[in-house]
Formats: sequence, C-alpha cells, structure tokens
Amino acid sequence: MKECIIKAEKLTKTYKLPAEKILAVREIDLDIYDGDFIAIMGPSGSGKTTLLDSIGCLTTISEGKLFILGKDVSRAKESTLVTIRRRFISFVFQDFLLIPSLTALENVLLPLHFARLPQEQRKAVEVLKRVGLGHRVNHLPSQLSGGEKQRVSIARALVISPKLLLADEPTGNLDTKNSQEIFDIFKQLNEQDGLTIVVATHNSKLGSLAKRMIIIQDGRIIPREKSIL
Amino acid sequence: MKALSVAYKNLKRKKIRTVLTIVGVGVAVAVLVSLFGFDAGYQRSLNNDIDKLGYHILVTAKGCPYEAATLMLKGGGGLRYMEDDVYKRILNDSRIDKIAPQLVASVYNQEGQGGRGAFALYMGIEKTYLYLKPWSEFKSGGWFSGPDSDEAIMGYEAAEVEQRLVGDQIFVPGINKVLTVKGIFQRTGTQDDGIIFIPLSTAQNIFELPGKLTGIGIKLKNIQDMAQFEEDLYNVPGIQVISLAQVRGTILNLVGSARAMANSIALIAIFIAIISVTNTILMSVFERTREIGVMKALGASAADIFKIIWMETILICIFGGIFGVAVAMFGSSAVEYIIRQTLPYAPTGKLVLIKPALLALSFLATVVMGLIAGTYPALRASLMKPVEAIRSGE
Ligand SMILES: Nc1ncnc2c1ncn2[C@@H]1O[C@H](COP(=O)(O)OP(=O)(O)OP(=O)(O)O)[C@@H](O)[C@H]1O
Ligand SMILES: [Mg+2]
Repeated sequence: MKECIIKAEKLTKTYKLPAEKILAVREIDLDIYDGDFIAIMGPSGSGKTTLLDSIGCLTTISEGKLFILGKDVSRAKESTLVTIRRRFISFVFQDFLLIPSLTALENVLLPLHFARLPQEQRKAVEVLKRVGLGHRVNHLPSQLSGGEKQRVSIARALVISPKLLLADEPTGNLDTKNSQEIFDIFKQLNEQDGLTIVVATHNSKLGSLAKRMIIIQDGRIIPREKSIL
Repeated sequence: MKALSVAYKNLKRKKIRTVLTIVGVGVAVAVLVSLFGFDAGYQRSLNNDIDKLGYHILVTAKGCPYEAATLMLKGGGGLRYMEDDVYKRILNDSRIDKIAPQLVASVYNQEGQGGRGAFALYMGIEKTYLYLKPWSEFKSGGWFSGPDSDEAIMGYEAAEVEQRLVGDQIFVPGINKVLTVKGIFQRTGTQDDGIIFIPLSTAQNIFELPGKLTGIGIKLKNIQDMAQFEEDLYNVPGIQVISLAQVRGTILNLVGSARAMANSIALIAIFIAIISVTNTILMSVFERTREIGVMKALGASAADIFKIIWMETILICIFGGIFGVAVAMFGSSAVEYIIRQTLPYAPTGKLVLIKPALLALSFLATVVMGLIAGTYPALRASLMKPVEAIRSGE
C-alpha cells in the first residue's frame, strides 16, 4: 500500500466578500498517493487554483479536514504550515514568479535558505542541469526566455527534494513546444524519480499525459462522463 | 543565499532610488555629527578660554552681566570703573591664592587695520597678572623696568599686527603718548594675544583714571570657598562679582538659542530621513508583493521576510551613515565658518570637534534609525498572506 501524501475530507474553501460568500471549493474528497501524477482540469473559475492552494498549505481551509503525510493540518498554526511548505511541498506558477534580482542559481538556492538546509551549489547546479539549464546558471530572469524561466522555477521547486510538486497552469504562458517540454520534464520526474505531481491545467492534451485526471466544476469534483470538457 | 545578499541585490535593482535615499540619510547624519561636534568643540574651546583667564572670580564695577562676561573673555573686564580701595580691602583675605588688579582701556586708532580704523586694547597690570597665568612666556624681552615706566609688553598678535620688536616705540593715539616695547609674549591662543600691556600706574596716569580699576582677577586657594566669598563681597557697593561658572553659564545662554535652533533642525532632518527611508522601503515592499508571496510559498516564514526587509533599511542607513560621516568630516570647516559668522561670541580654537567616539555614536544612531524606519515596512511585508500576495496585481 502506497503512502497517502494528501488526504482531503469534505474540504471546503469559502471566500467572504462584503456582499456575498463564494464557495470556491465544496466538500472535496481526494486522496493523493506517493508517486501519483494528477491533472486537475475544469473551466475557468471552477476552483482549481483554490484547491491547489489549499492542499499546498498556502492558505487555510474553511471547513472539512486535510491530512498531510497523515498529520491533520485542518486548523494548524501558520508555523506548521511554514514547515510543510519548507520541506515537503513545492510550487510552480503560471507566470514563473522568479525573483528578478537573483540569478537562476540564486533563485534555486533560495528555498534551501528558507528551509535551513545546506546551500550546496553543486546540488542547485544539478537540478538546473536536470531541467536542461546547465548553461544558464548565472543568467538573471530578464535574460531568460519564458520556457527557460519556467524550467528555472521547476528547478527551484525540486531543490528541496519535495514530497509533492504542485503546478498551477505551468504552461499557461508558454507556446506548444515549450509546454510540451515542461510536460516531458514532469513526466520524467514522475516516472524516473517517483515524484508526486498535481498539475492544474486547461490543456487537455497535456492533462491526458497524467496518470489520473480529475475534473472539477463549481468547486466540486464531477464524474468524468458528466464532464463538459 | 543569505537574507543580507537578497536585500543587497534588491537595493541594487533600483539604483537611483536607493542612492537618493542614502543621500537623504547622509545629510541627516552629517547635520547630526556637525551639531554634536559643535556642541563638544564649542564647550571645550569655551572652557579652554575660561581656564586660560587664570582666575575663578572677576570683581568688576556693576553693569550688565552679559556684557561683562563677553568683555571679560574678549580681554577686558567690563569698561566701567571702580575704586581701587576695593582691591586694598580684599587683598589680604586669607582665602585668596592669587589676586591681580587690571585697568582696561580701548583706544581708537584711525590708522589701524590699514587705514580703516580699529580699536586697540590696553591693559594696565601688575606683576601679579603673570602669577594668574603661569603659562605666560616671553618670546623676547621681559617685564617692565619700573611700576610706572612708560613701557609696554605686547601680546603676540598685537606685536605682529603693529610690527614691533623689543626696543621699538609705540604711539598711543588720542593722548599723544609714546611707549617703549619692553617685551613680547609668546602666543597663548587666547585674547591676551591681542592686548598691549602697560604698568597699572602708568595706565591710571595716561588714561587719566587715577585710583580706578576695571577688574580684579582672583584665584582662590580652595574653589569650595567660592560661594561664601561671593556672599561676603555682595555688600560692597558699586561692584559685582562674576564667577567663571557664571560666565560659562552666561555664554552658553547666549549661544543657547542658536543651539536650540540647530537641535531642532537636526531633529527635523532625522525625522525626514526616517520618513523617507520608511517611504522608500514601503514602496519597494508594495512593488514586490508578489515576490514576497512567492518567497512565502517557497518556505519563508514571517520572520524570514521581516529580516530581509529590515536588512534593506539597515543597509541603506549604514551607507547613509558612512556618507554622512564623511560629509561632516570634510565639511566641518565650512560649518565652523558659518558658526563664527552667526554667534555673538566664538571662542578661540576649533569650534567643531569631531572625535572617533562621536562618529561611532552617530553611526550607531543611524543604524538604530534604520531599525526604526524599517520596522513598519518589514512588518507589513511579513504579515502578507502568501496567496493574496501572489494573486495581487493580476
Ligand atoms: N480572493 C478571492 N476572493 C473572492 N473570490 C475568489 C478569490 N479567489 C478566487 N475566487 C473565486 O473563487 C472561484 C474559484 O477561483 P479559482 O481561481 O480557484 O478558479 P480556477 O479554476 O483556478 O480558474 P482559472 O482556470 O481561471 O485559473 C472563482 O469563482 C473566483 O471568482
Ligand atoms: Mg487558476
């Protein structure tokens, strides 16, 4: 039996606006196992980002339960969430979000600094090579192409050897060729290294590369056959 | 990657803004250093001037104490006259260590200062005057040949200005008197350098002030007797007793308003510097909201973010401190010049005294300033919620 990395029970996230209450994610039950590669798909505004943020401990959940590596973090303190983000979960964003004043290498070293792990250059260079950027180590983000930036951000996510990689539309700002490259990297990481990956995407071709596909609509997981996609 | 280098690299990104802020801090620091330097230098010079008077107490004719204090430091003793029987009366007081009577007269010389006209100060003294000032030395010549000889001893600068050597003659305009230069004093760095000394009796004769004095300098055996001594003289009519402590207080009063002004300017400069640093850093925090959100997603705690932003302000203040200290050191002579133009009485010697301790202290103050200025922006940044920060500006 594989280790259950994430377990969500009736996970609900609401946004309170002055006029209304928005149920962005409603009572989602989801188990993510070690070695999974899940694509979350669904129309715009369906709650993909909110779900990723919730299971990634970037935000607190409103109702239901969330277990990470068997530990209940549903009502955990910020310091617990920080530790989880430091050591177990990494993010890749649609618009890369590299720190512009730092080189590719320095961007990759940054999570090690926050995690209080030894900042081994060798390791950082290794993950950059892993995503095919061994020759761009000292470039600033402004000196990199979009595809290269996203690969740096993947290297940055990998450097702490996370248990789980969460990617929110990682190819949303890239052309087909670059998107394909990013997905090849994901596939390789999942198959060769057994890295658990959850990726939210609109791209059904890329979504179909994943081992599992989850469709959400109006904040709920819906059975595949009812999908409008 | 350390918090420090992340902070430093971010500052480098917006060079102009960073440099401008550093300059602002620098100006505030320069003002602060100059001001404290002035405070220290002025007091020291004043104390030095007062110590070099050689006496604890000056007895003068009644008059305005401010005027008397100022004149006293300028070498006179208040140009009002009192009878010399006061001198005879206190001469044998057992509490007195040294006592010297003096009679100051100023004479207008039309030819002075290259024809523009100037006052020359003459002071009638007895040998006791030298006992009050044991550091006095003759550059050349020596003491008067008799108690009422027509002779003069010139202060170092007076001799330079008048270009006289021992044996030369000086003409006292207005009263048509010729005196022979008997000696010239070494430079003392005090107002004595500009005075022409003559025997007391001679002075009383030629200025037609028989039995008159302008002041009596007194050095007590024991400084603790001062209050009682003053008290005892209080009832003597027509005189006032000025103690050096009073003079110091009076002069400091005179410059007090100038100091209060300078203090408030320094306070304002520091206040503005703090606000401008806070503003700069806050601006840069808001601009980087998404970056800060990402750092949090990468595992940064609130404390990690706080540290980075705090580092930025401290860096700005450290560079500003170095810049300001440099400006203050190179600019101190300009400040000195301005002060001399503005103050009613400026002592001889360096007015702006910048010691290493002052520099170290100012530098420390700058860092503390940075800590204060950085606290709010750093707090704002550290309290940002990761998701909201990342999604902001979309
Ligand atoms: N901060 C917020 N405040 C209020 N409502 C929000 C907030 N963030 C998201 N929502 C709402 O929650 C719902 C889910 O949003 P979410 O961003 O998770 O959708 P998504 O599936 O990621 O969409 P997309 O594919 O366009 O990225 C939407 O209706 C959105 O309007
Ligand atoms: Mg989204």
